[in-house]
Amino acid sequence: MEYKDYYKIMGVAKSATADEIKRAYRKLARKYHPDVSKEANAEQKFKEVGEAYEVLKDPQKRAAYDRIGSHWQEGQSFTPPPDWGTGFEFSSTTNAGFSDFFESLFGGHSPFGARHQRQGQPFHAHGEDHYAKILIDLEEAYSGATRTISLQIPEVGADGQIVNKTRKLNIKIPKGIKSGQRIRLAGQGGAGYGSGKNGDLFIEIVFNKHPYFYVKNRDVYLELPITPWEAALGAVISVPTLSGKVDVKIPPNSQTKQKLRLKARGLPGMPPGDHYIILEIVTPPAKTSEARAIYEKMAKILPMNPRVELGG
Amino acid sequence: MNKALTIYSGTLLDEHIRFTLMELSVLGKTSAEWVIELVDEGVLEPEGETATDWRFDARALKRLQAVERLQRDLGINLPGAALVLDLLEEVEALRQQRSNA
Repeated sequence: MEYKDYYKIMGVAKSATADEIKRAYRKLARKYHPDVSKEANAEQKFKEVGEAYEVLKDPQKRAAYDRIGSHWQEGQSFTPPPDWGTGFEFSSTTNAGFSDFFESLFGGHSPFGARHQRQGQPFHAHGEDHYAKILIDLEEAYSGATRTISLQIPEVGADGQIVNKTRKLNIKIPKGIKSGQRIRLAGQGGAGYGSGKNGDLFIEIVFNKHPYFYVKNRDVYLELPITPWEAALGAVISVPTLSGKVDVKIPPNSQTKQKLRLKARGLPGMPPGDHYIILEIVTPPAKTSEARAIYEKMAKILPMNPRVELGG
Repeated sequence: MNKALTIYSGTLLDEHIRFTLMELSVLGKTSAEWVIELVDEGVLEPEGETATDWRFDARALKRLQAVERLQRDLGINLPGAALVLDLLEEVEALRQQRSNA
């Protein structure tokens, strides 16, 4: 088990006041909230901050934590001292998803958790819903895929102690799924209490950035570079789509930004998306005198003003 | 031991799926009263006139759950959470536009 430096996680001094700790927490909670944050591993950061605050906001727990001593380093291997938790008055918490370090000090089996055991009336409640995100490639959305994901799941044992377990799940990703859509796995969330049902697991699918396709809804877009003569004279060009290469006819006198649509060649669905090709004319550089001569000839024979709409 | 490989399919919450008021309340682990409050606040916009006819889409469930998290974790009130959701969706749309540019 690794030592957690809660002060470092919160970015406050060991001498910080309760108000300073609260302000630091509010700020970090906003920064790393999984619904709001775009930071990498925001979710993990958010949990860490929540755990740190759970200890530092409570004067009893903070004092107990401080007594472990300041000679520990973040991440250092740690075992609670034998006299841990003696001489403090303890309060209860629900802290699903916190670290093993937290659990050993303040969890169900610790002196802090001892008075937390419920007595008399049996307690029943729904397990918590869990949320996860999976990044997949566009090709996987096109053909469907199976993914194995690892989830850190806090589980409540028969004795009420919370243990973090790594669970692997194989999940079928149906073909035609859109970025942002979710899959619900009933009963795969947090364990219920008493006769309460398990929570559900919601998995959000997000597409990785593709090297040349981009997607809107189920439509796939491709910017296709073509030469001036292909645009002017027309051509048949082999173009990549999600279903493989397709020969596409470029009509004569095509222009940059012009769109060609290949019906139903986007992501599958009801209705399936289309594949759009956006033409982009690329001109060869006038590097030699011969090339310059061709451009000069074009200027003479094909005079044009592409800026008419800009007022001349 | 040959460990059986279970593949979970789950339910795809796609654009065709619709929930009644009761179904949404159960899925969101909340009460119908709270869902009605979210509709009154304009956070959820079901199809249908009266509460018995209401049909919610998958986005409604997502918003319902996000409101709960925002309120619990950041102490935001309901109009505030609604505003955050709207702004987040706008940011997401802008981000998509920009990455396509």
